[in-house]
Amino acid sequence: MSQTLRQTKGGRIDRSRTIRFQFDGKTHKGFEGDTLASALLADGVKLFGRSFKYHRPRGVMAAGIEEPSALVGAGTAGRYEANTRATDLFIYPGLKAVSQNRWPSLGLDLLSGISLISPFIPAGFYYKTFFGPPKLWMVYEHFIRMAAGLGKAPKVADKDGYEHRAAFCDVLVVGSGPAGLAAALAASASGAKVILAEQDRELGGSLLTDAATIDGQASDEWIAAATTSLLAKGGRILTRTTAAGFYDHGLLNLIERVTEPGQAPGADGLAQRLWRVRAGQVILATGALERPRLFAGNDLPGVMLSGAVRTYLNRYGVRTGQKVVLTTDNDDAYRTALALAEAGAQIVAILDSRAASAAGNSLSLRRAQTRLPVHFGAKLIAAKGSAKGVKSAKALIDGQITNLVCDLIAVSGGFSPVVHLHMQAGGTLSWNETTGAFSPDISRQNQTTAGAASGADGLGQTLTSGWEAGLAAAKALGLKGSSVKTPPACAEADDQVCRSLADWLPAPQTNLKKAFVDYQNDVTAADLDLAWREGYRSVEHMKRYTTLGMATDQGKTSNLVGLARLALAEGRPVPSVGLTTFRPPYTPVTLGVLAGEHTGAHLSPRRRPVLYQVHAAQKPIWQPVGYWHRPRAYPQGREDLHQSAHRESLAVRTKVGVTDVSTLGKFDVVGPDAAAFLELVCATTVGKLAVGRGRYTLMLREDGMVMDDGTVWRVAENRFFLTSSTGGADRMSAHLSYVRKVLAPQLKVTVANVQEHWAAAAIAGPLAKAVVENLMGEGAAPRHMSLGFGPLAGIPTMILAASYSGERAFEIYAPSHQIGPVWDAIVEQARGLGGCLYGLEALEILRIEKGHIVVGGEIDGRATADDLGLGKMLRPSGGFVGATALGRPAMSDPQRLQLIGLEAISGTIPEGSMLITAKGAVPCGHVTAAGMNVVQGGSIALGFLQGGRARLGDVLTATSPTRKQAAQVKVVAPVFYDLAGDQYRD
Amino acid sequence: MLLIHCPHCGPRAQAEFVFERPLESIIQIDEALPDLIPKLYSRVNPKGPSWELWRHTYGCQSWLKLHRDTHNHTIHAVLEIGQTPEGGDA
Repeated sequence: MSQTLRQTKGGRIDRSRTIRFQFDGKTHKGFEGDTLASALLADGVKLFGRSFKYHRPRGVMAAGIEEPSALVGAGTAGRYEANTRATDLFIYPGLKAVSQNRWPSLGLDLLSGISLISPFIPAGFYYKTFFGPPKLWMVYEHFIRMAAGLGKAPKVADKDGYEHRAAFCDVLVVGSGPAGLAAALAASASGAKVILAEQDRELGGSLLTDAATIDGQASDEWIAAATTSLLAKGGRILTRTTAAGFYDHGLLNLIERVTEPGQAPGADGLAQRLWRVRAGQVILATGALERPRLFAGNDLPGVMLSGAVRTYLNRYGVRTGQKVVLTTDNDDAYRTALALAEAGAQIVAILDSRAASAAGNSLSLRRAQTRLPVHFGAKLIAAKGSAKGVKSAKALIDGQITNLVCDLIAVSGGFSPVVHLHMQAGGTLSWNETTGAFSPDISRQNQTTAGAASGADGLGQTLTSGWEAGLAAAKALGLKGSSVKTPPACAEADDQVCRSLADWLPAPQTNLKKAFVDYQNDVTAADLDLAWREGYRSVEHMKRYTTLGMATDQGKTSNLVGLARLALAEGRPVPSVGLTTFRPPYTPVTLGVLAGEHTGAHLSPRRRPVLYQVHAAQKPIWQPVGYWHRPRAYPQGREDLHQSAHRESLAVRTKVGVTDVSTLGKFDVVGPDAAAFLELVCATTVGKLAVGRGRYTLMLREDGMVMDDGTVWRVAENRFFLTSSTGGADRMSAHLSYVRKVLAPQLKVTVANVQEHWAAAAIAGPLAKAVVENLMGEGAAPRHMSLGFGPLAGIPTMILAASYSGERAFEIYAPSHQIGPVWDAIVEQARGLGGCLYGLEALEILRIEKGHIVVGGEIDGRATADDLGLGKMLRPSGGFVGATALGRPAMSDPQRLQLIGLEAISGTIPEGSMLITAKGAVPCGHVTAAGMNVVQGGSIALGFLQGGRARLGDVLTATSPTRKQAAQVKVVAPVFYDLAGDQYRD
Repeated sequence: MLLIHCPHCGPRAQAEFVFERPLESIIQIDEALPDLIPKLYSRVNPKGPSWELWRHTYGCQSWLKLHRDTHNHTIHAVLEIGQTPEGGDA
């Protein structure tokens, strides 16, 4: 087989450029400009895949993106795209495509035997299996999983690049057929900045199939002139770009295919590009899609949409049949018949379901009547054939059943305007009786529809509607009128072809169990009838029960046929049964292009502390904290995380440790009302704080729960320094802004987020004071909860004496850009005294031992200050955010979860375990953090226990079913070290 | 994605903004307990025009009052907090 069905001339393919590619391992030849479908059809290939449910043989139905049947996988590992349409894939050298859902091969599909049991898998059969015995269902499930489905998801990560781009324009035109081009020209001539998006790789739309004469030029020349004109006026033309989604306020997502599915990208590595276009006005010139008709075997290879047959002939030079039967309810199919006849095919019969009196009056019809066998009031009952294609057709002509020998059946059931984007934009539809289709009615956004998408019929109407839409868009934008006054004009008189009686009734002899409505999901007319009988009367229910329109083609060809079937059963007109919702994307979109550059390391920002490189030299174990990366431990030699953290925490308890606390939230609060402002945010007393002193504080949410904790320092009478947790710093920044701007705008205060302005080293341990005084001089170390200033390594610093570890501790703050020498001097001094660096893991061990709470641990959004044992810190006078909510009775329930400590009696307390009184009992609490007693050893933990403070001494079980670990624990006060606090005071 | 006309920054994508709450659910510091509960837990979810508090978090960081129709996403007004609409109540 080699291009046997290719015409010797004509079409838009370049016969001088042969392209070799593979389909199912077999090498084929095609020409530049071919789609995979056209190249294979030219080679005589009819069978493209097996259907989703019944494994029926399927060929090519359409010539564009609406193709439901000819789905293939394209490319190889790392560059593989499943379920891509053979009709929407332009071939390239080296293309490797495979058919789908067949086993072991396309020609010999052993699962096609499923067709034989199709009576047992009717509509909704999947749901029906749920009513059977569960054991049986497990069998069904296995069977369904093996048999059903389309392409296989790739298992290897995508090698190629995807990018996002934003664009803005006055007028976005979607579709470059005659209407789209006319619209773009009119808008552009009026001075609008235009973007024109076309999903095909060539501009022209229907003109690529049906050449015409426009403004006295051949359509090719007219398209070329329009392109030049648009570009000259600064317009942007995007080919191979599909408008996938229409969102609020004129935002559209366009998906640009830079490469074809499975094709290696160029030097830029780019496979696809997502354009987010914000447009002042949008013109949808998206055309119309042809509908199939109901007859038995309407899914066989060799049954094709009439317009597709004409496209393969005129655009790709492929005559897809020699003996052709056409079945139609409109005049457009006559154009196909005439084109085929001219190309040498034998027209066996044209079955027009309309009565002669109701038929159209187009030139094509009249021409066909004079030379071709036209039968009015005739319908097709069945197509007969095999995986090798159609062999004959059973027709109802003049009331007689007639067998017609044929190898191609061309079908037209009328045209449905592509209203998807219009509907996504919130528009409404109205029923158009003459075209038998829904057309756009009201637009909710700055958007109009033009051409066939608006129900225009024929080239003249199409060009005019596009032109007018373009002018109207420019006018709506306040632009001056067009420099060109008249719309493009066409010479063709043969125009009105889409008129359809919308005759939805199949011939009475039709076997509806083989008459497919949704080809991709194998839904037949009989399935829809059954669903209706079972009570699925709403269109949305029927869709979900039968899966009508739920496949990757989203029912582009099938939805209206299905609706009409429902309307018939209901005995109501089609428009009254309603429509299912149109949702983005219009055509399938690969997830990679939605992710764009935001994958891997670029998924989220990585915030590096200013000392990141200094830490990195120590090769620490890193820990993400929000977006920050902080050292978790600094292992020495062969230490693991726990050994390292234990050594580091022991150093803090016995000598001295240094850690980087630069990432803490920090706020400069300045102004005459600074204290008053902080008393709104902080639940503790702030106003009475003496200059030079600080204290621990809590910030509450409006519902009274603790949001964050930190320290507040009075630097000067009207200047405070507030710290908060690292992870909560952004939230705290927004909260401070909210309180200042929304709740208390009258206060004279400014708040600056200085998180990254200051870097800081914390020095903790019995020798911490020695480190500070050795570096800064005798008496330089402030008393506990006091602050001081002084140069260190020649850099001005601020010293806050606060302890989180429970040891004597100082936080030395320096301007971020100057922290280097300060840090180095402190670390050198600490090491000289036998100290070391410590990371977050050691900090965790130390704070558990002290019972110090942490955001994300004990501060979990469900705990009040009292739950945390800090109720006495709250200002009794109230007047802070969250104060009122604490007055609710539930807040003082004695059975609330209260913070307690746990000591293991036996075993190790598992992380994340729950607390139970006895086996099988309802949990009465949980562990929030588990650790080891640093000096004495032994497993300890912090946790919440119902009414916990009154249960000290109780013995419970801490159990983690997921870890399969448990320990006997004793409830104790949440302090395991230095209860009196002697260690951190002077 | 909405297009919000920030009084400082001009038309900007919704992604730059953060919705805070309906204006009527703002809880004053001295809010009485009976008024607090509905503002916390049973907020209105109007269909139609609604005054809302937003913040241009990834822009100028200002707090804004939006008069937005929740049904069709029309934004009728964008005001700085503290500004009063002409003839309106917000």
